[in-house]
Amino acid sequence: MADPATFRAPPPGTTGVLVLADGTVIWGRGFGAVGSAVGEVCFNTAMTGYQEVMTDPSYAAQIVTFTFPHIGNVGANGEDVESRVEGAVGCIVREDVTEPSNFRSIERFGEWMARNGKIGLSGVDTRALTRRIRLSGAPNAVIAHAPDGKFDIPALLERAKAWPGLEGMDLAIRVTRGAQEAWEGGPWSLGKGYGRAPFDAKPHVVAIDYGAKDNIFRNLVRAGARVTVVPAKTSFEAIMTLKPDGVFLSNGPGDPAATGEYAVPVIKALLDADVPLFGICLGHQLLALAAGARTIKMHQGHRGANHPVQRVGEGWGETSGLVEITSMNHGFAVDAATLPENVEQTHVSLFDGTNCGIAIKGKKAFAVQYHPEASPGPQDSFYLFEKFVGMLARETV
Amino acid sequence: MPKRTDISSILVIGAGPIIIGQACEFDYSGTQAIKALKEEGYRVILVNSNPATIMTDPEFADATYIEPITPEIVAKIIAKERPDALLPTMGGQTALNCALKLDEMGVLAEYGVEMIGAKADAIDKAENRQRFREAMDAIGLESARSGVANTVEQAFAVLERTGLPAIIRPSFTLGGTGGGIAYNKAEFERIVREGLDASPTTEVLIEESLLGWKEFEMEVVRDRKDNAIIICSIENVDPMGVHTGDSITVAPALTLTDKEYQIMRSASIAVLREIGVETGGSNVQFAVNPRDGRLIVIEMNPRVSRSSALASKATGFPIARVAAKLAVGYTLDELTNEITGATPASFEPTIDYVVTKIPRFAFEKFKGTANDLSTAMKSVGEVMAIGRNFQESVQKALRGLETGLDGFNRVPELEGADKDVITAALARRTPDRLLKVAQAFREGLSVEEIAAVTYYDPWFLRQIEGIIAAEREVQNDGLPIDAAGLRRLKAMGFSDKRLATLAVRSVGVAGGLAETQAKRSGLLHDALVAMAGATSEEEVRALRHRLGVLPVFKRIDSCAAEFEAITPYMYSTYEAPSFGEAECEANPSDRRKIVILGGGPNRIGQGIEFDYCCVHACFALREQWHGPAFETIMVNCNPETVSTDYDTSDRLYFEPLTAEDVLEILRVEQSQGELVGVIVQFGGQTPLKLAQALEDAGIPILGTSPDAIDLAEDRERFAKLVNKLNLKQPENGIARSRNEAAAVAARIGYPVLLRPSYVLGGRAMEIVDSEAQLDDYIASAVNVSGDSPVLIDQYLRDAIECDVDALCDGTEVRVAGVMQHIEEAGVHSGDSACTLPPYSLPSHIIAEMERQTEALAFALGVKGLMNVQFAVKDGVVYLIEVNPRASRTVPFVAKATGQPVAKIAARVMAGEPLSAFEPFKRDLAYMAVKEAVFPFARFPGADPVLSPEMKSTGEVMGIDTSFEAAFLKSQMGAGMKLPRAGTLFVSVKDTDKAQIVPGVRRLIEHGFRVVATGGTQSYLAEQGLPVERVNKVAEGQPHIVDRIIDGEIALIFNTTEGWQSLMDSKSIRQAALAGKVPYYTTAAASLAAAAAIVAVGPEQLAVRSLQDYYAT
Repeated sequence: MADPATFRAPPPGTTGVLVLADGTVIWGRGFGAVGSAVGEVCFNTAMTGYQEVMTDPSYAAQIVTFTFPHIGNVGANGEDVESRVEGAVGCIVREDVTEPSNFRSIERFGEWMARNGKIGLSGVDTRALTRRIRLSGAPNAVIAHAPDGKFDIPALLERAKAWPGLEGMDLAIRVTRGAQEAWEGGPWSLGKGYGRAPFDAKPHVVAIDYGAKDNIFRNLVRAGARVTVVPAKTSFEAIMTLKPDGVFLSNGPGDPAATGEYAVPVIKALLDADVPLFGICLGHQLLALAAGARTIKMHQGHRGANHPVQRVGEGWGETSGLVEITSMNHGFAVDAATLPENVEQTHVSLFDGTNCGIAIKGKKAFAVQYHPEASPGPQDSFYLFEKFVGMLARETV
Repeated sequence: MPKRTDISSILVIGAGPIIIGQACEFDYSGTQAIKALKEEGYRVILVNSNPATIMTDPEFADATYIEPITPEIVAKIIAKERPDALLPTMGGQTALNCALKLDEMGVLAEYGVEMIGAKADAIDKAENRQRFREAMDAIGLESARSGVANTVEQAFAVLERTGLPAIIRPSFTLGGTGGGIAYNKAEFERIVREGLDASPTTEVLIEESLLGWKEFEMEVVRDRKDNAIIICSIENVDPMGVHTGDSITVAPALTLTDKEYQIMRSASIAVLREIGVETGGSNVQFAVNPRDGRLIVIEMNPRVSRSSALASKATGFPIARVAAKLAVGYTLDELTNEITGATPASFEPTIDYVVTKIPRFAFEKFKGTANDLSTAMKSVGEVMAIGRNFQESVQKALRGLETGLDGFNRVPELEGADKDVITAALARRTPDRLLKVAQAFREGLSVEEIAAVTYYDPWFLRQIEGIIAAEREVQNDGLPIDAAGLRRLKAMGFSDKRLATLAVRSVGVAGGLAETQAKRSGLLHDALVAMAGATSEEEVRALRHRLGVLPVFKRIDSCAAEFEAITPYMYSTYEAPSFGEAECEANPSDRRKIVILGGGPNRIGQGIEFDYCCVHACFALREQWHGPAFETIMVNCNPETVSTDYDTSDRLYFEPLTAEDVLEILRVEQSQGELVGVIVQFGGQTPLKLAQALEDAGIPILGTSPDAIDLAEDRERFAKLVNKLNLKQPENGIARSRNEAAAVAARIGYPVLLRPSYVLGGRAMEIVDSEAQLDDYIASAVNVSGDSPVLIDQYLRDAIECDVDALCDGTEVRVAGVMQHIEEAGVHSGDSACTLPPYSLPSHIIAEMERQTEALAFALGVKGLMNVQFAVKDGVVYLIEVNPRASRTVPFVAKATGQPVAKIAARVMAGEPLSAFEPFKRDLAYMAVKEAVFPFARFPGADPVLSPEMKSTGEVMGIDTSFEAAFLKSQMGAGMKLPRAGTLFVSVKDTDKAQIVPGVRRLIEHGFRVVATGGTQSYLAEQGLPVERVNKVAEGQPHIVDRIIDGEIALIFNTTEGWQSLMDSKSIRQAALAGKVPYYTTAAASLAAAAAIVAVGPEQLAVRSLQDYYAT
């Protein structure tokens, strides 16, 4: 609730603030970029991988509350970057960012944030904020950093209130690539860094970029594919001229229903043309929409690296019922109750039973809500890339 | 997959006595496992020789065998009970080794017993260095360059590959006994020889040194469907080279990027799959090169462990409980995360705080051993602390250790020292290295300089640097007088006491004047307070409360607040009121509540026995039992214990046991409901030390008043009471100077027992026979002054010592047990073997002791437990001491008699009369013998002899119908293999010579040969015994030590009188210890051993469950 007193008197040493749309003012110390940004406040429970989280385009227009108190310990490097485009606009942490300590670090996390235009706020009881989100949902807010500690709180509050929120918002269009790109990166290994994709690899996957994490493409390469990335609004015809063996639907930010307005017709056409499809996160939701299901905004979302997902339904054989520990980042979910007859549920969340995977019967089309590409998070689910690419390999041979 | 129905009974093997490397974490694990199996309706059979465990409480297992954990004895239990399955993963290395042996002997096959949790082959693959290495190669994980050797020659061949320094690890030993790091060839050869000796398979692994590499542990759980999850990652602050049990560790890992962490995660799971751990918990240890991230697998344990207990407490995920359920067929997704009650166990806990573990050591007990840490574990306990950042966490851990630290206290010997001296001190791996790091910052060393010698990760060093910088601010400017400033310091983990110390120094009065003045009152004091902000812990607390700087309590919920936690498992922290009031999740209930204060980290003298009592208090009070149910609230900081299991009490606060931390908890608990009182009498000295502060704060204390406890411990007050009751004490006096001590000793007459006042575990006690020895003691062992006087007692040589445990409710006294010590008075009661009932005392003496006990109980106003120690000499009963609180013997008495003594005591303290309980059964148709277990093998150089200073880490119980059989079992349980034949070596002091004769005679009649040194030989020869003479060490070679080293001696009776004789015979005991030759250093124990050897052979021993004993 708005506390008028806090409007007038920021505590000494205050250089940052988070103003929630309901009028709550959360003081702290700013770091990273100076200025202000608006977005939805969510929380992420992963204990490692903050740089990957901050560069994940799915976090566009979001302010990430890290539940682990020490963020920034291992600094920042040039490798742990998931995208060059806009990711999270800011983050909230409990502890001030420390000097980094890791052999891969090349930069302080704060400096990296500043260079990338992201605003940080430290000194906040992130657990209390997380509990608040759990109880009353993810709020819209403005995060601001001013080294002189001067903030126009009423103006920030107005901006937070005026922001329409993620529901109904198509953000993919903001973070997708401007042009087609032949993907060149290979998987990462210790001591060697990222490899390069072989140019002659078969089969060919065209990946629609709705705000993709680079590690997805690297995993497709690792599984044996050649990847061409295309912008979100690429037409069915344009995709088909690339002669794809399969099409990948990427993750991305925003409301799937909004993005679906232009994405769903393309996906439907691909389905009709029996092009094999694999979707992750937003791509999963778009595939579900294309198949006739609906998506819903979740109360608090799933964001972390410890989420159990169980294999359900037919076709798993011996591994039916197996649990994968997954990386997740979604605030919208496919409403399992709306899945049409021809769509099979393949994975569910063991935390709340929400849908985490679908397969379309009679088609080579499947998708998962979570992030098998990890980065950050467990790598239990790499098999999905192999499954997809393997499916295509059989097709082309 | 539901639970298995093809098995219905399961044998669980416990870990036996508490020893270094295997402490009460296995009681915690085993208790959880038994509860989990019972819940599923299995019949559980337990064998564990340790009576001080909760798991051996008769209500847990269906059949509880307090019997030695030897393959032969367990085979008898299997033959009798015919279990369908054996769960070997809950009892540490002891249980694994025993299970492997049973498998090898064919016992499991013969009786159709299936090993569940871990198969014999998987255990072997994990434990056998060569096979493990091959397994790691197979999955592409790097191991350190290494080789296995079974002889010294082979070892030198391996050294060619690894180079120096090299690490030597014996196979199949606990906590790396016998291992070490060699920097030169001479050291190498010595450690290899020790290692080959220590290994039951005469095998050592020699490895390239990874000194300075970072060390990590992963706790993994896997089920039979191949679901695998990481419960917790642990990072060692101490880099490679210090045993992980002796390392300061944090959870989660703090210096890894996600990419590196995931490599480790995937590798850990791959290790479990390759080794073939089908179900249950394991830990995998890694070394990481901080320069390039190169990862090497060190080892894995295919069982629950010390670190799995730590991981369970750190995350709220009960690994042992889950592992037990997985062992009977469940899969992770079928089990519930009980902390949330809503999510399954198939997830990875995530935490939103930092956990720090610091080990506690006991080097001061083992004079002659350097306090260097290595790959062989030496710590005897540990403290865990939780904070929202590393600084808070580590400072809480330091004060929770109870070694006199309030945080990063100064290290006086490094103050103002040269940089060279400081770096040399930092380079040594000693228990207090972290404090030295802090001191180095005070002395101006940089992070880089400190990292270069310690190899501590710079991240941790900078955190400590930050603490020292904040400390300097307070030291310069006094305490901040604003809430935000003070809160900042509290959030860094500074205790009120530490802040007071620092603040006083800000008043720059020359030479400690301010510190002296701060203790007084008046104008000057007021001026000091005005300048410094506060000058005492109490004043800092008052200031804090005035400014509203209060801790809040957060929950350990396994999920970083993503879900609601239904389990009240809490820790304190300081949060900024960043939006409204700082959020506190304590949510105290409106019930009638009782707070039980635990015992803190285990140490010699205060171990599992006290935790047992605390747990019983929780059990007795939380349910309706002879009175109403109370809400029980546990406060403790020892992660190894059952008391810190979240379902032992209704509410658990994992907090240091200091006045500050406890008072803040009570403040919150008192804000709702009714605090009926606090129990401080069950956790040993730790909670008792807080009694005064609690009383001052107006907190009700249940049971016997702290004043009565103080009266019993204050020698002068106690002497008055003894006089009033007309009881007899050994002559005694107090001295505050050397001359006073000499005068008192002369009045009493030598020998006298000397000790500093107010100690536990008899630290620094000594028997002296002359004024010269007295001078030596005063010069070296204690600092005698007005503040710390020395106590002097008449020493009753050869008296029989007894313990009496009793209960009193104010109107009635009930004796629960009378124990007769086997060793004579002078050996610390915690180190003596004893029997219940007494094995040789006349009934009128027992009656007299009971009469005196009753008189003392009434006079002291005891309400609850009391323990009285007596010495009987020439038919006279002397009162040695009274402890009107829970004593170390309570669990033994309870197990021996089948009476829930501690539970009844807790109920009495809560107001129930003793008359509400059945009278104790006092006529037992069996004998129970308690024997102490010692860690001498861990402390080469120390004299392995019994003395008034307690040195044992644990205890076992032998129970049988005859004294001899019970004694034999107690020796077997303690790891002593009594010979059936061979050569006995006897060398006893003059006063023992007559006494020892019958024992020697019986052994000769039984076929033993006997050798003895001069005096003893001629005495025994005069008695007509055929005894061969052997040289004392001082008489030149070949002497007795040569014969022991050559393996010619099977048994040793060696008692000494006086300082010189003790020094002379030290090498005999050390040789015996090294050669694993049973040796007895008192006449009474020698006789008992002789009687046991003659009376029964181990193969004749029968096994019988406690439930069966109690039914008769």
